[in-house]
Amino acid sequence: MLEQIEGSKAVARAVASCRPEVICAYPISPQTHIVEALGSMVKGGELGSCEFINVESEFGAMSVLIGASATGARSYTATASQGLLFMIEAVYNAAGLGLPMVMTLANRAIGAPINIWNDHSDAMAVRDSGWIQLFADSNQAAVDLHIQAFRLSQDVSLPVMVCMDGYILTHAVERLDLPEQESVDKFLPPFEPRQVLDVDDPVSIGAMVGPDAFAEVRYLAHAKQMQAIELIPAIASEFRSAFGRDSGGLVREYGLDGADTVVVAMGSVLGAIEDAVDELRGAGIRAGVIGITTFRPFPISAIREAIGTPARVVVVDRAFSAGMGSILATDVALALSHQPVRIYTVVAGLGGRAITRTSLVHCLEDAANDVLESLTFLDLDHDVVNRELERMRKDRRSGPSAENILRDMGLPGGA
Amino acid sequence: MAVAYRQVKFYQTGSFAVGGRLLDTPERTVQSGMTRTNALTLGHRACQGCGEALGARYVLDAAMHATGNKVIAANATGCLEVFTTPYPETSWQVPWLHSVFGNAAAVGSGIAAALRAKGRTDIRVVAQAGDGGTVDIGIGCLSGMFERNDDVLFVCYDNEAYMNTGVQRSGSTPPAARTATTEAVGDEPGNPWGQGKDMPRIAMAHEIPYVATATVAELHDLEYKVEKAMEYRGARYIHILVPCPLGWGSEPADTIRLARLAKETGIFPVFEAEKGEVIAASKIRSKVPVEDYLSLQRRYAHLFKPARRDDVIGAIQDSADRNIRRFGLLGEV
Repeated sequence: MLEQIEGSKAVARAVASCRPEVICAYPISPQTHIVEALGSMVKGGELGSCEFINVESEFGAMSVLIGASATGARSYTATASQGLLFMIEAVYNAAGLGLPMVMTLANRAIGAPINIWNDHSDAMAVRDSGWIQLFADSNQAAVDLHIQAFRLSQDVSLPVMVCMDGYILTHAVERLDLPEQESVDKFLPPFEPRQVLDVDDPVSIGAMVGPDAFAEVRYLAHAKQMQAIELIPAIASEFRSAFGRDSGGLVREYGLDGADTVVVAMGSVLGAIEDAVDELRGAGIRAGVIGITTFRPFPISAIREAIGTPARVVVVDRAFSAGMGSILATDVALALSHQPVRIYTVVAGLGGRAITRTSLVHCLEDAANDVLESLTFLDLDHDVVNRELERMRKDRRSGPSAENILRDMGLPGGA
Repeated sequence: MAVAYRQVKFYQTGSFAVGGRLLDTPERTVQSGMTRTNALTLGHRACQGCGEALGARYVLDAAMHATGNKVIAANATGCLEVFTTPYPETSWQVPWLHSVFGNAAAVGSGIAAALRAKGRTDIRVVAQAGDGGTVDIGIGCLSGMFERNDDVLFVCYDNEAYMNTGVQRSGSTPPAARTATTEAVGDEPGNPWGQGKDMPRIAMAHEIPYVATATVAELHDLEYKVEKAMEYRGARYIHILVPCPLGWGSEPADTIRLARLAKETGIFPVFEAEKGEVIAASKIRSKVPVEDYLSLQRRYAHLFKPARRDDVIGAIQDSADRNIRRFGLLGEV
């Protein structure tokens, strides 16, 4: 059913159509509209016996979900940024225990400096947690991925995180096709847990494991992710049959035929990148795009098959590892280690900085001409950075850098 | 003020322990009964004389008895978790989930929420932790569970320090006690003086339906409180003093004696509260000086050797006397 609707509310409706039994969350921008909408639906009795629990922290939220999922309830939460970090011990625990659940991550930067706007630092902070991580490139994808996520989560007994760009997607209003309840019910069978706290058949979950068995138990986490890499395209295919839309899967390909410059990225920036690539093609540059929909498990084979034999790859990453560079580019480089290719990494859109088509086009032209730095921070004001570095050299007590830079740029906050 | 539970007046010679065989069947404990579930069964790796192992078995068996064997347990990280589940063995004969250190109360809330969603409110939830998992790292989740009044019985087995990691100080460690992070050196040896965290009264401040304290020395009282707790819906809290021979430097054979002395000195007040108000306290049968309790534990050895610290012993006596006044612990038993 087509409807003009905000991304967050659409995701709430998609989650509701999956008939969750326990929803638990702690408010953090930009996730709030999702859980507000779900809370309202539960309180209004639209979700039957579903429980909505207001907790004291994100750590509490994830912990409630651990208990609920282990008791066989279909469970959901949403968070972002600092909230994800605050729950991180329980995030790892849910994956380690193999407990199905779905979490929306409304991607937001991590402080300090505190910043409520979008980038992918939060998702990257838990990339090794054992969760499956799916990235939505549009609000329609976000809606569809949530329905697929519940299916995938219970099929493979792992928690699944659906990442959608904070504000850019969560707060954008556009026309979306919201799945009908009847179709979702057919697509998503009832949750049959692999392990459950059952008074008639008591088991212990979460036992201490020593060196003799730890590697084997942990290896299963990898084996299940490898199962997921097979399952994800199958579920996407089934989704296409049921709902008539291409959503999900491992990667999204755009203009790769004969491309000698391939851009790799995740999330909502893919739209801008595809526009930039169109412009480059108009100027005779053979460019194409691979959008990563499934980041964990990382689709190494799918990238290899899709990419062909370009001369260069440009990875546009909305996060970075200080002292290293792009996180996504490291994974892409590993996937392409079998073929000769130059890899450029562009760190862009940090803390909500707009990634403009103009900047992208310039950057990709430089890459196509092999004059781009191997690690580029898109639209970085080097003068401002250099002035602060100079202050730090001159004055031992140079003060807080964030304030200095804001004052230097004449921005509010730099009083 | 009422007594905390129906007093059993028939005692074995030389102790206050009740001989089960001397009582009528309905008055006997769950532990002495043929239908005891052994929720925490044999084979675990607890130390000799472990008060926590004893307390946990008493609590879970009583909760099982009260619910027709329909209990799910959530457990914090700590001794109780480690010594009961060396992979792939388990001593638990109830469905049992260990997640992490600080979240047992929230995991309990999640289990209870799932049971409500599924219409299985006949199944009850017990969440349990040591003092660290309760008063320190777990207090956020616990306070949240309390204020929402989730249908969970939370049990704290308080041995007054982080015993699992090698006897470090917790927010429940009493003043002057030696731990690995409050060594018996310097001008003020042992744990510094301060308020510490009085968790039962913090729980009462949430005005939850039921709060009680107990020790492993009085089985009838402990079982009574667990069974009573299971009669309520909503958040309930039982704080149980469980001596730890390893951490306290006491003889394994003295675990029950020390738990009893903690109550008889006034150091550990045993009481019940409903909705934030104390409704009953267990009277001291024969008041004993705190020295009788302290001198059995090497964690207090520096109060007696090389020089006797009457100032510190006196201060501990004062705090015990304050408990006696506050809870009205003297008088007709």
